[in-house]
Amino acid sequence: MGTALFTVFATVACGAALAVVLSQNVVRMAFYLVISLGSTAGLFFLLNADFVGATQLLIYVGGTVVLLVFGVMLTASGPFLTIKSSPGDLVQAGVVGGLFLGLVAFTVLQVDWEANAVKLERRYGATSLERPGYNQHGEGHTTRSLGAALLGARFDKDLGRHREQPSTGYLLPFEIVSIHLLVVLIGAAYLARAKRRVSPSRDA
Amino acid sequence: MEGVGINGYLGVGAVLFVCGVVCMATKRNGIGVLMGVELVLNGANVNFVAFSRFGHLGLDGQVAALFVIVMAAAEAAVALAIVLSFYNNHLTVDVDRADELRG
Repeated sequence: MGTALFTVFATVACGAALAVVLSQNVVRMAFYLVISLGSTAGLFFLLNADFVGATQLLIYVGGTVVLLVFGVMLTASGPFLTIKSSPGDLVQAGVVGGLFLGLVAFTVLQVDWEANAVKLERRYGATSLERPGYNQHGEGHTTRSLGAALLGARFDKDLGRHREQPSTGYLLPFEIVSIHLLVVLIGAAYLARAKRRVSPSRDA
Repeated sequence: MEGVGINGYLGVGAVLFVCGVVCMATKRNGIGVLMGVELVLNGANVNFVAFSRFGHLGLDGQVAALFVIVMAAAEAAVALAIVLSFYNNHLTVDVDRADELRG
């Protein structure tokens, strides 16, 4: 069951990503991007990361891609719907991309991940997802521990263990990213504001 | 349920990453370049979550994936604002036309 679902989601994600590259129409590219990101959310659910998968669906597919579609609607008028690249460039990019993919896949397959995992487990103990009693392996309800980690408390690492110092949380990155989002929204609204021609008015 | 190992997920991540890079390099539409960036970040996210499940990262990988998603949203907002501003000034989204700084 898991393998079949993985095959479906992986094929759809990779095929839609390829379609994004090969399609020349911007609207179709946005549609294929939605499909690719949605299947990736399915992969996240298969990896027991339920909160990340839901966030992917809500923010990526529901927010970011809708933003991109608005950009397409505002700019893709008439002749700009399809801007073709020259065939020579496409062939060049295809060759370089294929070689790059071969390099990355070869590198990934060279590593013996099983032996690596055994070595790491011998050194650091079982992963927090595999300890019994909290966040049982395979159930994947990660929301509570993720929320606690973002507030600086690592239930998944510290609970039921004696430690001199508590494990590192993510409170400071969380605050930084909040300020970052605020600044980005203000900056985007400033950059994309409607520019009115300033005409020297007499009564002002 | 003994499913696919880590290699399958890393392969999907590699395909998404390469597709994004090629998309960024070949598209002449500014919004197409943005979509390439989204694909690259998504491939990185697949790797993060795969290592959180199979590797020794635990929950840290998922937190990193969440931060990547937030960064992608912020980047899309700013880049879209830049593209719209470019469109207002040049009446096109062809990135090859952005050559005012060419020496």
